[in-house]
Amino acid sequence: MTNNPHISVQHLNVQIGNQEILKDITINIPNKKVISIIGPSGCGKTTLLKSFNRLLDDTADVKITGKVLVDGENIYDPKAEVTHIRKKMGLLSQRPYPLPMSIYDNVAYGPRLHGKPKKTELDELVETQLKATGLWNEVKDRLHAPATRLSIGQQQRLCLARGLAVEPEIILGDESTSALDPVSTSIIEDLFIKLKEKYTIVLVTHILRQARRVSDYIIFVYMGRIIEFGPTEELLLNPKEELTKEYVKGYIS
Amino acid sequence: MIRRKIEENFFRVLMVLATVIVAGSFFLIVGTIFYKGVPFMNLDMITKIPGGGFYIGKEGGVLNAIVGSLYVAGGATILGLAISIPVAIFINMYLDGKNFIANSLRIAFDVLFGIPSIVYGAFGFLIMVYFGIKASLLGGIVAVTLLVIPILVRTLDEVIITVPKELRDASLSLGATRWEMSKVVLRQIRPGIFTAVLLSFGRAIGDVASVLFTAGFSDNIPTSLHQPAATLPLAIFFQLGSPVEEVQGRAYASALILTIVVLIITVLSSLLSKRFSKNKIQ
Repeated sequence: MTNNPHISVQHLNVQIGNQEILKDITINIPNKKVISIIGPSGCGKTTLLKSFNRLLDDTADVKITGKVLVDGENIYDPKAEVTHIRKKMGLLSQRPYPLPMSIYDNVAYGPRLHGKPKKTELDELVETQLKATGLWNEVKDRLHAPATRLSIGQQQRLCLARGLAVEPEIILGDESTSALDPVSTSIIEDLFIKLKEKYTIVLVTHILRQARRVSDYIIFVYMGRIIEFGPTEELLLNPKEELTKEYVKGYIS
Repeated sequence: MIRRKIEENFFRVLMVLATVIVAGSFFLIVGTIFYKGVPFMNLDMITKIPGGGFYIGKEGGVLNAIVGSLYVAGGATILGLAISIPVAIFINMYLDGKNFIANSLRIAFDVLFGIPSIVYGAFGFLIMVYFGIKASLLGGIVAVTLLVIPILVRTLDEVIITVPKELRDASLSLGATRWEMSKVVLRQIRPGIFTAVLLSFGRAIGDVASVLFTAGFSDNIPTSLHQPAATLPLAIFFQLGSPVEEVQGRAYASALILTIVVLIITVLSSLLSKRFSKNKIQ
């Protein structure tokens, strides 16, 4: 494992209402790797992911204790600037949610929030990010068409391009391929593998084969606790914990 | 099996019957207005202000009331929107996680929604007395604004609730502030805003009780906010009260004009709503 973790979670507890969703989570997420969070439905894996960019803040009756350090900075520090934290991370949700505007404006949205880029700079940036997600050739003639005209798979790649346009360091994927067909899924998976050269990627998935295909490390979460964390092959083929063994074999789900 | 079939048919007949009653009443109402109003319709009705005698005269038209109604309903809807959009955004975007306050506010607006318009008229009248404003266009607009705010807030609220949480998260995770996120939500609900405007305008243009004491009545078209203004519903009310048959007929012609105005607004807003929904995500 690496010496300087990109995200370091220390004794994180998340409680919503009377329910403890995450209990005493401590983990170091290595830099520029793909990490999959696996676990049965309702185990808290999405909550864990959303705690990384403070998207839990708006949840009713939420209580969060502990620390999440990103680049050594505690994002739950009251003085931390929440927009600055979120800018560091691109989020790819379960279904693509393009913003209600054109393809071009979707990618340009983030850069426009954080500065006043010139038209030529924006054009260049939009092209770069659409190329990075393999969408450029498919949309270059209709950049100003509504984003909703794209297929679901294209929309998801657009959302990825939109996230990359704010120059994040981390990509968070919340079951990002669950609404997609097999072809689109494999395009997105290949993108993740390509993008880890530049980004740290954290994915929530319930598909073990996907975790195996794309990730370097796997975190297994069960009932709000981290049961096991390790390199992909090791965790899937040689799990140390009994619970992991049962989950991987499909006894618990 | 037979019992299920009878049940199916029974409720189908019931539904068809109910639909026929509703559609039938609609045509009956519109038909009556046309039947009674058309003989008294002429170009003068919509191009001239009343001539010969105070509002119940037989000459001239009701242009004063048409313009007055558009002023009052339009002014109140614009003013109402300027107040309601921030309120709806605040309830949904800034109070999330504080459900108790948000829901209390929603109940408050529901109660306001149910208050009869005469109460708003009386309240508006009190405000006017307090500030020393005479019955005028301004007074009418203020009273009707009070009337339409609950409609606008609750309609916008319902529309905003349908915006997927993920869309808000998408905007936030790109580093947007709450207000920047709210602008994305407003884009998404643009078609819904037109629905809200339509409901509000329809209620505003048809209401008598709220303008009864506040807008006054005049044979002339108001040229400033401080002049009294006539509205179509009030004109209909006064004309119907006349013992002269011809004047009563003019009431139906006025009702016809009011119906047509509402129809135009409806078509216009649904066209605009379509035009603005091309970027809306499903």
